[in-house]
Order: sequence, then structure tokens, then C-alpha cells
Amino acid sequence: MSQAWIYTIVYFAWLIGAACFVLGLHLMNSPATGRNGNRLSAGGMVLAVGATLVDLVLRPEGLSGIALVIIVVGFLLGGGAGLYTARTVKMTAMPQLVSLFNAVGGGAAALVAIDDFIKLATSDHPADLSTTVFVVLGVLFGSVTFSGSLIAGGKLQGLIPGKPIVVPGGQILTIAIAAIALIGTVVLILGAAGVLALSSTVTLLVLGLIVAAGLVFGVTMVLPIGGADMPVVISLLNALTGTAAAMAGFVIGNPVLIIAGALVGASGTILTNLMATAMNRSVLNILAGGFGTGDSTAGATATGAGGSVREVSADDAAIQLAYAQSVIIVPGYGLAVAQAQHQVRELAELLEAKGVDVKYAIHPVAGRMPGHMNVLLAEANVPYPQLKEMDEINPDFDRCDVALVVGANDVTNPAARNPGSPISGMPILDVDHAKSIIVIKRSMGHGYAGIDNELYSNPKTGMLFADAKEGLQALTAAVKAV
Amino acid sequence: MSQELLNALALFVLAILVGFEVISKVPATLHTPLMSGANSIHGIVLVGAMLIAAEADNPVSYVLAFVAMTFGAMNVVGGYVVTDRMLQMFRKKTTPKPAPAAEQAEGKA
Repeated sequence: MSQAWIYTIVYFAWLIGAACFVLGLHLMNSPATGRNGNRLSAGGMVLAVGATLVDLVLRPEGLSGIALVIIVVGFLLGGGAGLYTARTVKMTAMPQLVSLFNAVGGGAAALVAIDDFIKLATSDHPADLSTTVFVVLGVLFGSVTFSGSLIAGGKLQGLIPGKPIVVPGGQILTIAIAAIALIGTVVLILGAAGVLALSSTVTLLVLGLIVAAGLVFGVTMVLPIGGADMPVVISLLNALTGTAAAMAGFVIGNPVLIIAGALVGASGTILTNLMATAMNRSVLNILAGGFGTGDSTAGATATGAGGSVREVSADDAAIQLAYAQSVIIVPGYGLAVAQAQHQVRELAELLEAKGVDVKYAIHPVAGRMPGHMNVLLAEANVPYPQLKEMDEINPDFDRCDVALVVGANDVTNPAARNPGSPISGMPILDVDHAKSIIVIKRSMGHGYAGIDNELYSNPKTGMLFADAKEGLQALTAAVKAV
Repeated sequence: MSQELLNALALFVLAILVGFEVISKVPATLHTPLMSGANSIHGIVLVGAMLIAAEADNPVSYVLAFVAMTFGAMNVVGGYVVTDRMLQMFRKKTTPKPAPAAEQAEGKA
């Protein structure tokens, strides 16, 4: 077979692979077809990678032994690490794993671009302008997303304090670093355009500077952002990695990298905006930090609000639940942290066996990522038709006997309906419309927004002070005894 | 700009539009699996790592290509497996009412 034919077939395989990515994402529209969608996407990946390997082996110059070793050993090592962590990770720790995979993806994109740049800088004919632009952008995006995702993952894992870390003059530092990266980029582009005469040593040094600035920028960008905003940040970095992959695709002239990278860039951008909107914040606002800094002042004012709060025992709460017609469970961050998803399912099944109608109200930002709560509950075998999204469930609170709030705070705060509160305008679950409300919570402490929750002082509300897991276990035991 | 580059740019722009169109229809329930799924797709950069590995001819390139291969493979394999694990959980229970009985049956099996 002639070389042109082989390349045509390989190119077709790449295009089919890219089509599989698009169709796979489309099938993820529904839980019923989602798994097949992911498998189709994985099939496209196998096809694209396999075709590339065939192409390399069948090239006239062949694949050198050392290149084959690099490809095979690198794949086995990285693939093995990925397989092991993906299989063993607990579902509650999954957001940081996604962040880690995003980091290495961005790192790979940066390394591909760096390698290409070194080749261009040390070759006899200098790089043309457009190639330089794509290489430098790929290096920059890849470096930022590598270090940024590692910090974001570290915050979620608790390796780095989740609260915003504000360094005096930090913003000026961030801007200065961004300026260094920008100036370096301009210098390289002017060099490629022939305006500046740069030796290959100088261009490599400038590239090194851009990589360093990108890595530091990723750190200084994410550190001042609070842990609760990490989902938005990871989503943003995910989009950035996609863009970096597309840039690498431009450099090596590969269609599947361009299509796949652009797809991910678009999806990440949409997710980022959806997330930010659900929290009533703009992406720029989140990146600028602040707001979440309410952590430190929260403790001081918390005691004042505790006055008219009614405490309820597990036994009383169990009687309310067992004799209710309908119960809506509102799971939140506290449930995720306590890993109490199995306990909540157990309680729900017990209530259902007693003829109670049980539904779950899922706020768009419940948990740590959009849809994270759905995954946690699905892991605990909660049937997904019981999981209701905010707009669907809100009218049901009017007819609901008991709303059971487990570790959710700001997303239930009626203060969001009135102007003048930091969370004004944030979409909330209408928990206060229920006939009675039980809140399982460890203390009167504040949520992320650092403000009092009017729900807790509502006369209809009974507070069950406990860790989400222990509280649910106590409730389950009490319901069994009813 | 070369014709090749212009073609690539057209591909890039169209792929972005397709991405917006396909993804904006996904319900919030599936956003986390979607983020993870999209995350595995950008592991396609593995193809780029293979290409630079094939052309590597000096120690610096060997190291860069090897690390890029490892990172890319981790992104791809781990990403798809963890996404599959998440989606696997979205199975429909057709009869949620007799749930405790069903659980006992599972326990026996």
C-alpha cells in the first residue's frame, strides 16, 4: 500500500474518532444512554490512538526502538496509574481525581508544545509566525492548567487549606506574573515575525520564562479562591486544557486534536458559566477571590442568631417522619463530607416501606461539583427518578409534610429572596414552604456565604444537632422503633 | 497564512460550535460525569505525545516525550474508567417500593 493511502486511512480513523467524541458527549444527555456515550467516546479514543500507532510503524523511516519503548512503557506506566486510581478512588474523593487527571492532561499538552518549540528553535529555518503563536499559547495554557489543577485538587483533598489564602500584594504579584508571560509571548512572536533578531538560546530562555510564569500563575490564581468555588475553577481549567490540546493540534497539524480540544473547550466554558450562575456569582468575581473570606468573621456573629432555635430529638423527628405522607430530603455538602449517602438511602427505604413518599431535592451546586450529589446518591443505589432538580421540586415543598435538610445551608436560606443579603438572588430550595422542617447539622455554624440562615429560627424548624452520618443513623434506628 | 492552517482554523471554529450545541442540552444531573468525560477526551493529546516520541532524536526530547506519554495515558485511561464508574451508578430501579425486600435478595445472591 502506498504511503498516501495509509495516511488517508489513518486520517479517516482520526475523523471517525472525533465523530465518536461528539456523539458520545451527545449520548451523555440522559442517564440511560450516558454509559454507552462514554464507551463510544472511549472507542473513538482507542481508534484514534491505534491509527496513530499504525501510521508511525508504517512510516518509511519506521519507528525507532527507543521511540517504541517510550510509547509502550510511557503508556503502560501512565495508563496503569490512571486505571489504579480510577478504580480505587472513593466517590467522595472523585472531584480531586478529575482535577488530577486534568492537571496531567494539561501537562502533556504543555510538554508536546515545548518539545515542538525546541525543535523549531534549534532547526535551521526559523519557525513561522502562526506556528509560534500556537506553540506559545499551548505552552502557556498547559502550564497554567497543570499547576492550577494540582492546587485545586490539593484544596479539595485537604492537603492545602480550603479557605482562601490571601498574600499581601498577591493580586499585584499575579498581575506581574501575567505581564511577564505576556511580554515573553510578544517577544517570541516579534522574533518569529522577524522584527526582533533572537538567537535560539534567547528564544529558549524566553520560553523557559513563559513556562515558569505559567506555572506560578496557576498557583497564584487558584490559592486565593475558597474551597467551595473549586468546582468552577476545575471546570474552567478543564476548558483551558482542551484549548491547550487544540493548540498542540494546530502545531502538529492533527485534526483529531483540534476537534477534541475545541469540543472540551466549549463544554468546559458552558459548565463553568452554569456553575457560576447557580451560585449567583460571575466567573470574574470568583477569580478575583473574596466573598468566601467570610469564614473568619462567621464565628463571631454566629452565637447571636442561636436565640430562638428549637432543638429536636432523634425520636421526635423519627415520629414526624414515620407518620408523614410525603418527605423531601435536601442533601448538602455536609452529607458529602460525612459520607452519609448510604445512611440517607437506608432511611429513605425504611420510610418508603412505611408508605411514605420520599423524594430528594438536589440543588444545582449541592456537593462539590455540579451533579456531584447525584453521583454520590447514585453510588448509594438511590434510584435516579427520585432525585428531583430544583425547578421541578420547588412547587412540591408546599404539599410536603416534612423537609429533612441534611448538611445543606446556604442553598436553603430564605434570605436569598430579599435584597441586601450577600446571597440575594441566588436560586434556593423553598424548604421553608414545607409544613415542618428537620435540619440535621453539626452546629449553628455558618455556610460558605458566612451569614445566618433564617430557616433555623423558623418556628416550623426543629434542629437535630449531629454529624450527618450519626444523625441519620439515630433517625433510622428511631424510625425502626416507631 | 497557509491554506492548511486556514482549514485547521475552520475545523476549530466549527468544532467549538458543535461543542456548544451538543453540551448545552445535558441535564445538571449529569454535569459531573460530563466534566469527567470531557476531561478524558482532552487526553487525545496522547496522540501528540506519540508523534513527538516518534520524532525524538536527543535525550531532552526523549524525556519530554516520555513524560508526555505517561501524563497523557493517565489522563485517558483514568478519565474513561472513572467516568464509567460514575455512569454505571445511574441505573434505574424499576420498582423502588419493595426496596428492602430487593436488598435482601441482593444479599442472598
